Amino acid sequence: MEIGKKKAQPNLWVPDNKKNFWKTMKNQKILYLMSIPFVVWIFVFNYLPVWGWTMAFQDFRPGRSITEQEWVGFKHFITLFQDPHFYLVLRNTLVMSLMLLIVGFTIPIIFAVSLNELKDSLFKRSVQTISYLPHFVSWVVVAGIVTKMLSTDGGIINDLLVSLNIIESPIQFMAQGHWFWVILTGADIWKEMGWNSIIFLAAMAGVDPQLYEAARVDGANRWRRIWHITLPGIRPTIMVILILSIGNMISIGFERQLLLGNSLVREYSEVLELYALNYGIGMGNYSYGTALGIFNSMVSIILLLLANGFFKRMSNTSVM
Amino acid sequence: MMKNMKLDRVTLPERMFDICNYIFMGVIVTIMLYPFLNVLAISLNDSTDTVRGGIYAWPREFTLNNYAVIMQYDTLITGFMNSVLRTVIGTVLGLIACSMVAYTLSRQDFQAKKFVSIAIVLTMFFSGGLIPTYMLMRDLELINTFAVYIFPLLISAWNVIIIRSFMDNLPVALQESAKIDGANDFTIYWKIILPICKPVLATIALFIAVMQWNMWFDTYIYNSTNESLTTLQYELMKILESTSTSAGAGMDSVRGTADQTNRVSPESVRMAITIVTMVPILIVYPFLQKYFVKGMTLGAVK
Repeated sequence: MEIGKKKAQPNLWVPDNKKNFWKTMKNQKILYLMSIPFVVWIFVFNYLPVWGWTMAFQDFRPGRSITEQEWVGFKHFITLFQDPHFYLVLRNTLVMSLMLLIVGFTIPIIFAVSLNELKDSLFKRSVQTISYLPHFVSWVVVAGIVTKMLSTDGGIINDLLVSLNIIESPIQFMAQGHWFWVILTGADIWKEMGWNSIIFLAAMAGVDPQLYEAARVDGANRWRRIWHITLPGIRPTIMVILILSIGNMISIGFERQLLLGNSLVREYSEVLELYALNYGIGMGNYSYGTALGIFNSMVSIILLLLANGFFKRMSNTSVM
Repeated sequence: MMKNMKLDRVTLPERMFDICNYIFMGVIVTIMLYPFLNVLAISLNDSTDTVRGGIYAWPREFTLNNYAVIMQYDTLITGFMNSVLRTVIGTVLGLIACSMVAYTLSRQDFQAKKFVSIAIVLTMFFSGGLIPTYMLMRDLELINTFAVYIFPLLISAWNVIIIRSFMDNLPVALQESAKIDGANDFTIYWKIILPICKPVLATIALFIAVMQWNMWFDTYIYNSTNESLTTLQYELMKILESTSTSAGAGMDSVRGTADQTNRVSPESVRMAITIVTMVPILIVYPFLQKYFVKGMTLGAVK
């Protein structure tokens, strides 16, 4: 009866919830049974921990119950801002976030563009498949591989550099702090470049081929076609991914740092969450660790909102 | 395309571009593949010979001995079992949970659609953080249980959204006729929707399986004291850590967990373990490529 509506959305059973709320609810009891238990589940595992943020305002002792905890207001936050180590950790977090953002955002686009320019489709598909490979490997393995590649005995990087006479003796990459940021960024790009290019490649496939032909007739060379057709064609995708990356910027996690770092490079490898882990759980300072966690989340949300607002004004792109 | 063949008369700069591009791609492929080849070569090389160094892309003294050696590590066998178990159980349950929720969200007439949708999407932006989550697991008495591998990871907002957008594009007529025949909502979901969602379910299954198989942190933080609950990734992590730290650094306070057998395992054996942890996933993913590429794009557009 509503053929015209079909094209929009699968709006099959005309909602009669305006008529009678409870009656509809009864009719849809199976749908409720299929979703509400999972909402409760999500509430427990995702939202209940947010309640744990109260710990940051207490002197939390694991043995006591919630009512017995001592409330201390902003004490832990004040300690936090007076802690010199906090600023060191914050620096590491920000520098690595920024490096990961810039490199992790531009390289996949460059890779996708080059891939898009390949005509040979078998070669193209093989390159694609191979480039996804490291994404499926865990960070544990990647850390192992990176350590092996950079090692001083038999690591390919050192062997290459020495045999090309770029350096005289092997460099202890993993033991020198100032290399850490570069190693981490490099490892990340190695692992995720192919995977992150998927979205851009898909967007490029959507660009109208007639545009390329027209440009070609007009005598535009490869670079010009890339610059004036491919890149503008994927601009909306680039924007959305950029906003999402900025939002995720500071929540870079700690898995990579934990696995690639060691105590020799700690001054460069320790990030906020890792500090919270070591100092919070490792040494039992739960309240202080939680305060660190809250600070991390706050900065992350602010960055996301800022990025979203900025790009909304600039280009009417928004993710929220 | 055909009628433009004469336009394709390749100019010199165009050809230079192509050549450079092929070289660039060749370099990338080498960088992507070499580390795996190197690890494989070392794992297939005699372990005392490996110490001499100089193993690059192929083994010098071929042997399968290293793989035989790791079969004797009890914790590795337990870890392997647990990893397989958590991957299988986690994937099956996760698929059912995510697709069920996704189905209710794809039903435009569902009363609580908005509420459920918001509850799920918000989890993408909110997280309680490390320590509160740890405390919650402790309060729920999930520490030192196998369930901690499954429960917290059951529903992922991202997966629900991807499945839902697939379901949104299905023709309505499918469900309509079943409804007229008197099928209830669960039957429609189970008998009609799920079978046609195979492509997207394959994608999500791969995502969940990869995540489960590669997870080591939950073992490290929740179950590290219970050897019977260890996982393969965690065992590998301990082995790699112990060598990288003993090589130059000395143990970190929180990480001082490696035992003596791990400490002395030679490089070839470590690489054999690395191969074992990688292979299951690497065998599967090329076959699912066309599905997950679609799945990724679908999720990103939404």
